[in-house]
Amino acid sequence: MERRIALAKAVIFLACLLPAGYYALGMAQDSLGANPIEALTRGLGDWALRLLLVTLTITPLRRLTGQGWLVRLRRMLGLFAFFYACLHFLSYLWLDQFFDWVAIGQDIVKRPFITVGMATFVLLVPLAITSSNVAIRRLGGRRWQSLHRLIYPLSMLAVLHFTWMVKVDVREPMIYGIILAVLLGMRLWWYVMDARRPLLEQRRRIIPIQTRR
Amino acid sequence: MLINRLPDIPASELTEKSVFTARRRFMRLAAGGVVTMATADLHAAERLAASLRSPFSSDEALTPYRDVTGYNNFVEFGAGKADPAQSAQALRTHPWSVTIDGLVHKPRTLALEDILKLAPIEERIYRLRCVEGWSMVVPWLGYPLASLLKQVEPLGSAKFVEFTTAVQADVMPGVQRRLLDFPYKEGLRLDEAMHPLALVGLGLYGEVLPKQDGAPVRIVVPWKYGFKSAKSIVRIRFTDMAPRTTWNAMQPSEYGFYSNVNPTVDHPRWSQARERRLGEFTKRPTLMFNGYGDQVGQLYAGMDLRKNF
Repeated sequence: MERRIALAKAVIFLACLLPAGYYALGMAQDSLGANPIEALTRGLGDWALRLLLVTLTITPLRRLTGQGWLVRLRRMLGLFAFFYACLHFLSYLWLDQFFDWVAIGQDIVKRPFITVGMATFVLLVPLAITSSNVAIRRLGGRRWQSLHRLIYPLSMLAVLHFTWMVKVDVREPMIYGIILAVLLGMRLWWYVMDARRPLLEQRRRIIPIQTRR
Repeated sequence: MLINRLPDIPASELTEKSVFTARRRFMRLAAGGVVTMATADLHAAERLAASLRSPFSSDEALTPYRDVTGYNNFVEFGAGKADPAQSAQALRTHPWSVTIDGLVHKPRTLALEDILKLAPIEERIYRLRCVEGWSMVVPWLGYPLASLLKQVEPLGSAKFVEFTTAVQADVMPGVQRRLLDFPYKEGLRLDEAMHPLALVGLGLYGEVLPKQDGAPVRIVVPWKYGFKSAKSIVRIRFTDMAPRTTWNAMQPSEYGFYSNVNPTVDHPRWSQARERRLGEFTKRPTLMFNGYGDQVGQLYAGMDLRKNF
């Protein structure tokens, strides 16, 4: 089992690096089209959102399949979502705005889609910081879990950020929105169903304590 | 600011397309055989010669042909920038005619062949600033819009002109998906339309207009955001009231009727103070009226451009 998890982690790790490699190569070879900086910034944002959604599929998948070990892939996926969010943000700060802090400040205050994007990023930071085993132990499982439920609102903000950025064709952000609605809807459904059952029958909440040495 | 120095050689002579496409083909092969259908390469483009070089031309570096023909907003053919280069190739441009009517003495329907012969074709190198914050420099071919409009003898009551883009729903994925309220309409005040900078665009880079750039006939209004320059037009109508234009009707707070390039009036979702010239790494400041203020500023004398954005 441990070997299987280690293998799965290695495969996912490499797969998660592929988009970064694609964009690095694209920038180096100038193959990202006429407006490479826009393509890069948007592409990195796309992957941050996609990986957030992948992270959110772990719990439903685990519950549907009964494969509890899946939870041990979740931290890496979440951290990769944060990794792409950082690159997306950096690309905006550097390549799009060239660290023009006045323009960036005005953007954040005046442009709702940037305000929302910024809020999403700010909410991601504490989750990334508290992703270590030490942090989980310090916070205690229950508090850690409450904190990490921030992923629900911040994912909604991420979809909103994308939707408000788009000029005409909202099909793509809508697809992400629907996926997110399904992922969150399943949780809500289970929550309601669990609450209705007599206390003794309730499924024991799995609090994700990592393996200890 | 315009620089009136005439370039020694028109752009059509500088950039030999066969050389250009051969180089592109080589680069694609070298890049590891990425098979992308660059439809423009497969089209033996019809050449269009300019007999005049315009003093209105900019001497700035031209945006490469591949970007001018590969990075387009033409929503009829999809919302992505690379969509038109692919899907617009199905546009039927022969036969083509433009009906000019409304408040005029002599309404007419002109065949494309006649439009091409109406006035001497000039090369005009214009800056093009998109409302989205990027810009290009395009070597257009065409002649003043006024030459076309005078054909129908406008009535004194005519105050505006409305341009209508063709709808060929069967080959237009964006129309099928109703991305906008089609047919696409744009409009100008009559004095704007008669201004010598306003152009009937018939070609670029020494050839007839590529389809993704608005073949076979379009409008080019260089001091306004790109969406004001209607592509593939089939009708020009003279009116006494400001026509209902597509983007303005869809989102009046974001896209004004005038939509003059103006770095001091932001789009609600982004700043218009700077722009990214395609091919450049850093952004450059956006110029009032896209740098054509000396020519067109007087058209808006006394107007509050923050209100009439």
